[in-house]
Amino acid sequence: MNVWLSHHLHALALAFKRLGRAPLGSLLSIAVIGIAFSLPAGIYVLLENLQALSGQFSGAPQLSLFLRLDADKDDVAKIESFLEQHPPVASFRFVSKDSALDQFKQDSGLSDVMSGLERNPLPDAFVISTRALTPERLEALRTELGQLPQVEHAQVDSAWAKRLDALLKLGHLAVLMLGALLSFSLIAVAFNTIRLQILTMRDEIEVAKLIGATTGFVRRPFLYFGALQGSVGGAAAWLIISAGIYLTDGQLKDLLQLYEVNFRLYHLSLEDSLSLLLFSAGLGWAGAWLSVANHLSQVEPR
Amino acid sequence: MISFSQVYKRYPNGYEALRNISFSLEAGEMALITGHSGAGKTTLLRLIAAIERPTSGSIIVNGQNVSTLKSGAIPFLRRNLGLVFQDQKILFDRNVFQNVLLPLQISGFGSKAATRRVRAALDKVGLLNREKAWPITLSGGEQQRLCIARAIVNRPSILIADEPTSNLDADYARDIMDMFVSFNQVGVAILIATHDVELLGSMQQRILTLNHGELAA
Repeated sequence: MNVWLSHHLHALALAFKRLGRAPLGSLLSIAVIGIAFSLPAGIYVLLENLQALSGQFSGAPQLSLFLRLDADKDDVAKIESFLEQHPPVASFRFVSKDSALDQFKQDSGLSDVMSGLERNPLPDAFVISTRALTPERLEALRTELGQLPQVEHAQVDSAWAKRLDALLKLGHLAVLMLGALLSFSLIAVAFNTIRLQILTMRDEIEVAKLIGATTGFVRRPFLYFGALQGSVGGAAAWLIISAGIYLTDGQLKDLLQLYEVNFRLYHLSLEDSLSLLLFSAGLGWAGAWLSVANHLSQVEPR
Repeated sequence: MISFSQVYKRYPNGYEALRNISFSLEAGEMALITGHSGAGKTTLLRLIAAIERPTSGSIIVNGQNVSTLKSGAIPFLRRNLGLVFQDQKILFDRNVFQNVLLPLQISGFGSKAATRRVRAALDKVGLLNREKAWPITLSGGEQQRLCIARAIVNRPSILIADEPTSNLDADYARDIMDMFVSFNQVGVAILIATHDVELLGSMQQRILTLNHGELAA
């Protein structure tokens, strides 16, 4: 256990030393990783923010419930009491056919034409505000309400919310694909850095093997180096995103205030930030492992 | 300690470096391997450390059959051997102390115990006051002593040296040989390859002579 620990500490210290030994090269590699990762992570942050923003706009999705023309006061009272006891309904407003007609006459300027009608063509209606629901649950509620007796038609006023949701899902897919592609670039960066290191450290590796170093002993510092470089690159990506948010947040706030929306950009959550670091560290480790598996066997003592 | 039995080493190009080598070195024994250039001295030493594998025959080192040793076990075989290489293989990007420390880092010594051992080894070869020096600033004889310190720091039971006195003038060579004799006196088995005939004349040791890959009787 003690030997094991001392081997790992030794490898970690060596990895730090190697990272510091070529500061410019390390810095460039880290910048490449950081920029490559800030793209998908940045788009991810953007999508999360859009989702939060769309939640604010459509905070309480609306449903319109149109009754049959022959519905009477009893039917209205029944539906009213049903809505009062239905948890997803936040509030509702009854619009009688008479008041609807009055408003229509005022709004449309067609009062003369409307006056000529024998009877009121408009139905009684409920305008319902629901609690914040996912589009799927909203759809279920619509179906449920549409099946109430004396209800002619139930309509969700959230087609745009559905479209935005579909768009965000597409965006998430794009982030995943972009992330997968750019992950390869991280592996490639780690692979190449380690390859160069192995070439320049040929003598050291050879001597170590000659005096009894196991493959694990020689390999370990390279793996630590890959993981270290990867996680520092991930941290660089995080900083790039932070800078982006810092720069745009103020302007965005001013812009949205014109639309009377109070909104601040969110950063990556702690969980997402940690995943970013762990993921980039893991990729660096994988790239280093590939490189070591490929190149270390070429350095055999002669 | 070391035992060769009917060992052959043939290279892929057909060159036969060693033919039918059989000998053994007992624990605490010291022997010199001599012979002309290309006689197979280096190849013989490399077979002991499993840097190369024999074409046929068996080599037993410390009770392990080196010719059939799995590659995963080779590092542990080498940790029990002290190796002094013909081309020295000093690492010029670390100082004297760090060069000698390397074998201990590999076997996973704690830093305090390791420091004590490194100082002890440097003391034995007379380099204690140069521990912070860079290898490039050492003289030829000092560089050779650095190699020896690195070979003995693990306290191996067998010390193997390939041409440890080449490129040294007679006085330095004498010093180095005396050092090996003193290690032998504390019980370390020692095998040295050398073509330094002058030196041999003054030594009382067992001598194995190689001639075109065969041991002379």
